[in-house]
Amino acid sequence: MGLNLLDGQNQDAILKQNDSQKSGFFTAQIDTVVNMIRANSIWPMTFGLACCAIEMMHGYMARYDLDRFGSMPRPSPRQSDVIIVAGTLTNKMAPAYRRVYDQMAEPRYVISMGSCANSGGYYSYSYSVVRGCDKITPVDVYVPGCPPTAEALLYGLFQLQKKIKRTGKLWR
Amino acid sequence: MPSFYIPSEEKVKQLEEMQAALQSKLGDSIVEAAIINNEAEITIQKESVLKVFKELKDNSKFLFKQLIDIAAVDYPERDQRFEVVYLLLSLANNLRLKVKINISEDFIVDSLTDIYTNSDWLEREVYDMFGIYFGGHKDLRRILTDFGFEGAPLRKDFPLSGFVEVEFNEEYQRVMYKPVRLTQDYRDFSSNNPWIDEVKTDTFNFLNKKAKAE
Repeated sequence: MGLNLLDGQNQDAILKQNDSQKSGFFTAQIDTVVNMIRANSIWPMTFGLACCAIEMMHGYMARYDLDRFGSMPRPSPRQSDVIIVAGTLTNKMAPAYRRVYDQMAEPRYVISMGSCANSGGYYSYSYSVVRGCDKITPVDVYVPGCPPTAEALLYGLFQLQKKIKRTGKLWR
Repeated sequence: MPSFYIPSEEKVKQLEEMQAALQSKLGDSIVEAAIINNEAEITIQKESVLKVFKELKDNSKFLFKQLIDIAAVDYPERDQRFEVVYLLLSLANNLRLKVKINISEDFIVDSLTDIYTNSDWLEREVYDMFGIYFGGHKDLRRILTDFGFEGAPLRKDFPLSGFVEVEFNEEYQRVMYKPVRLTQDYRDFSSNNPWIDEVKTDTFNFLNKKAKAE
C-alpha cells in the first residue's frame, strides 16, 4: 500500500520522543467516540403540546439546566436529534407530528413525556386524542408521570444517552 | 346550592333594578327572568335574539358591550333539546347577565356577528360541538375538531370514544384513520360520595346496609 510504515524500532523511538515532549495520544474505537459526542449533544426539537411542556421548560431553566448536558432546544426539526413529545397528542396534531418526525435527520430519537403521550392517559377514552404517540412514530424512552417532574425528564434524557452510547452505530 | 359569594345590599338592589328595566324594555321577548345565586339570568324567545341583544348592547341602562362567551347545553329529554347560553358583561354598569334560549335540533339561531364581532368564533365552537346552526354567520365551519370530523361531540348521543382513531399506516407511509378499537373497555371510576343516599358500588352498599341494619 502507499503507507510508509516504519519498522518496530523506529516506531518505539517516535513514541519515546512523544513521551519526552509530554504530547501523547490515545487510541479508541471511532464508534465509541462518535457515540459519546452524539450522546452529549442531543438537541431536542421543541414540541410542547400541553402542561408537560411547562415541566420541560423547568428542565431548561436555571435549576436543572439541560444545557449542561448538551441539550439545547431547537426550533427546527432539521437541526434536532431528539423530539420530546411533551403533552397530549390529538388526532388533529398527529399528521403534523409525523411530518416533523419525518423531517428530522438520522439518527433521530423520540422521548415520550407524560402519560398522555405514553398511552393517551387521562384522555385515553376521548374521541380526539391519540392513544399513545407510539401509534404514530417509534419511541425510545417513555417518561411516566402526569406531568413528570423536571428531574424525571432529566432521568429520561440520561437513559437516552445510555441508549445512544450502547446501541449507536456509525454505519448502518 | 349554597352561594359563597354574598353581595352587598347595593348590588342586590342593582340586580333587581336591572331586572325591572329588562322587563319594561324587553318584556314581550322575555319568557322567564330570575336571580339565581345572585346572578341575573333571562330566558328569551328564540326568534327575538337580534332584537334583544341590540337593545342590551346599546341601551344606556344596560350597555352590555362585551360578549364573554356562548355556550350550549344538551338536554335530550326535553322537547326543545338545546339551551344556548350567552354570557354578557357591562363594564359601564358593573353588571353581568346570562341570556338563554331554548331551541330544537333543526332551529336556525340568528347569528350575533353583526352586533358582537367576537361571536364569530364562539358560534363556530358551538356549531362544532353541538351542530347548532347560526343563520347569517359568514364563515360557519368547524373550529376545534379534526379536519373532516363527523358528528357533534358534545351531544349526549355521541359516544365518548367517537367512531375513528388515527394511526400511522406502514403500507401507505402516512397517518390514517381507522375505526376505533379500544384495547381496554371503558372503566367508570366515579366514586360515589357518602353524602348522597343512592350509592352504587358494592362496598358502599354493604356499608349502607350494615348501617341501616344497626
